[in-house]
Amino acid sequence: MPQTLKGAGVSPGAGYGPVRRLVREVPQPDPDARHGGDAAAEADRAVAAMEETARDLGERGEAAGGDAAEVLNAQALMARDPALADDVRKRVNEGASAARAVSEAVAVYREMLAAAGEYMAARVADLDDVRERIVARLMGAPVPGLPESDVPFVLVAEDLAPADTATLDPERVVALVTREGGPTSHTAILARALGLPAVVACPGADTVAEGTTVLVDGATGDVALDPEPGVVEAAVAASRARAAAAAQSSGPGRTADGHEVPLLANIGGPHDLPAALENGAEGVGLYRTEFLFLDRADAPGHDEQVAAYRAVLEAFPGGRVVVRTLDAGADKPLEFLPAGEQQEPNPALGERGLRMMRRLPETLDIQLAALAEAERDTGAHLQVMAPMVTDAADAEWFAAAAAKAGIQHAGVMIEVPAAALRARHIAEHVDFFSIGTNDLTQYTCAADRETGGLGRFQDPWQPGVLDLVAASASSAAEAGRTCGVCGEAAADPLLACVLTGLGVTSLSMGASALPLVRAALARADLAQCRAAAEAARAARGPEEARTAASEQLPALAELGL
Amino acid sequence: MAQRRITVQSEVGLHARPAALFVEAAAKSGGEVTVAKGEGQGVSAKSILAVMGLDVRKDDEIVITAEGDDAEQVLDRLAEIADAG
Repeated sequence: MPQTLKGAGVSPGAGYGPVRRLVREVPQPDPDARHGGDAAAEADRAVAAMEETARDLGERGEAAGGDAAEVLNAQALMARDPALADDVRKRVNEGASAARAVSEAVAVYREMLAAAGEYMAARVADLDDVRERIVARLMGAPVPGLPESDVPFVLVAEDLAPADTATLDPERVVALVTREGGPTSHTAILARALGLPAVVACPGADTVAEGTTVLVDGATGDVALDPEPGVVEAAVAASRARAAAAAQSSGPGRTADGHEVPLLANIGGPHDLPAALENGAEGVGLYRTEFLFLDRADAPGHDEQVAAYRAVLEAFPGGRVVVRTLDAGADKPLEFLPAGEQQEPNPALGERGLRMMRRLPETLDIQLAALAEAERDTGAHLQVMAPMVTDAADAEWFAAAAAKAGIQHAGVMIEVPAAALRARHIAEHVDFFSIGTNDLTQYTCAADRETGGLGRFQDPWQPGVLDLVAASASSAAEAGRTCGVCGEAAADPLLACVLTGLGVTSLSMGASALPLVRAALARADLAQCRAAAEAARAARGPEEARTAASEQLPALAELGL
Repeated sequence: MAQRRITVQSEVGLHARPAALFVEAAAKSGGEVTVAKGEGQGVSAKSILAVMGLDVRKDDEIVITAEGDDAEQVLDRLAEIADAG
């Protein structure tokens, strides 16, 4: 059976071709390498290599233009950094060879940048690339870069640096696969800009032999090794059909018979707004506010919070914006929040989300007051919800805090099975529910989201999870409340139809998934969605549920689903 | 020697594009130019690695110092970059 690697799909489409690897291996200088004795000449040689590298990077930048030019220009500045050059000269004077001196001098700055945390991760990768280029020059090795090939190929790399990708020819490269990286890595951004299918964070990518034929699905993150020809044709056709359907879908979310299901975007800050608007989001279904609080010594003040919330509210005049209050916990510690008394051996089951805010109500009150002020004069419809709500007492407490701050519409996330089972009691206190399917699945199947090898239990198609969604949605309907979904499940076009059939009233997802979900909904009527929901709940496992649902939604086949 | 104390307004602090502009502007000066975060130790403003290593974010206070005849002009330009980004 053909093997399939699994990564994160960050740029949709299907790409098929032989694997070519990025030339990356640069010989490393011996840790004791010393020069022949003429320190001045050796130092000049080192500085000349740095300058040549800087010039080369600058030229690549000019050729590339745009964002890549900026990154390459910054790399050129690193290569000719005067403080770095001074350090290299000093090390050469102490006897080190030019290559070793460069390697060691860069390492000092690398450590400093790496200490600044995730924010600097991309710069650390840029600096590593600069070092490799200078060292290769000094050791007479080929400068790392793109492979040569007569036929279109799938480019596989550990990670891609801007200098690699700036000269990448989209006619020659049919897809990108990297072992490292995430949705915001250079690879992902570049792939989306060029319209190339891409899969990142793909373990095992570095073990695929050069020349192996692979099929890359940039939507699902699947990389199939030596696939059957029929599979390839089907994948390419399906990918084209999906792209065409997504490109044609527009307007508000609704089923074929006009049942409205507002399609909203999940965002992590104002920087996600352009993508949300571009993909036709009708509002925001999940505004994660953690970005305001992470990596800082003091809590953000009132004015700073108001500005961050208002920026999003103003983008959707007349639309709805659902803000989730701070979701911190032992797994996402914040410097300025006092830790709980005990070490938590199991943070997912510990004091997180609303549980932490109940211990530190001042932090929540400041956030709620800022939200209430931000809504004023914006014309958007603000809804505020609490994460990790477990029972009616939690909901009642949060609703009271929100009302005191002047918030008109308070709601809760449904992530804990107990909350889903007793949604009717929770509905007495709040205006709306939003089901976080990622955590709801984790807690329902007792399978940590981060643990590998438990994929079957991390699947929102698990009928047990669907039962809890159904229970929440029907309790909401009985109480006249709305019940949205804001997890990954909403981004799955087939599951989006099932959720609609279960009674879910809005779907919120990463913006790039919106067009295809909109297209899927437009191809099914409400009765079909309900039949699919019923069929899925009648199944015994996630795979059977998926199959049973798709049988009830025949029109989705034209989307290759 | 001229000195200026400013609060960085650039959204991305002294990272990414502002860092490159800042260093390029400092490099144009004939004299020594240093930058420090708050009361910290000053580093060469002509070194992009040193400047990024300071990890200056929006609303951080920095102290920039320049020597030479064009010191005031250099500081004007650097302050402008830290403000606008």
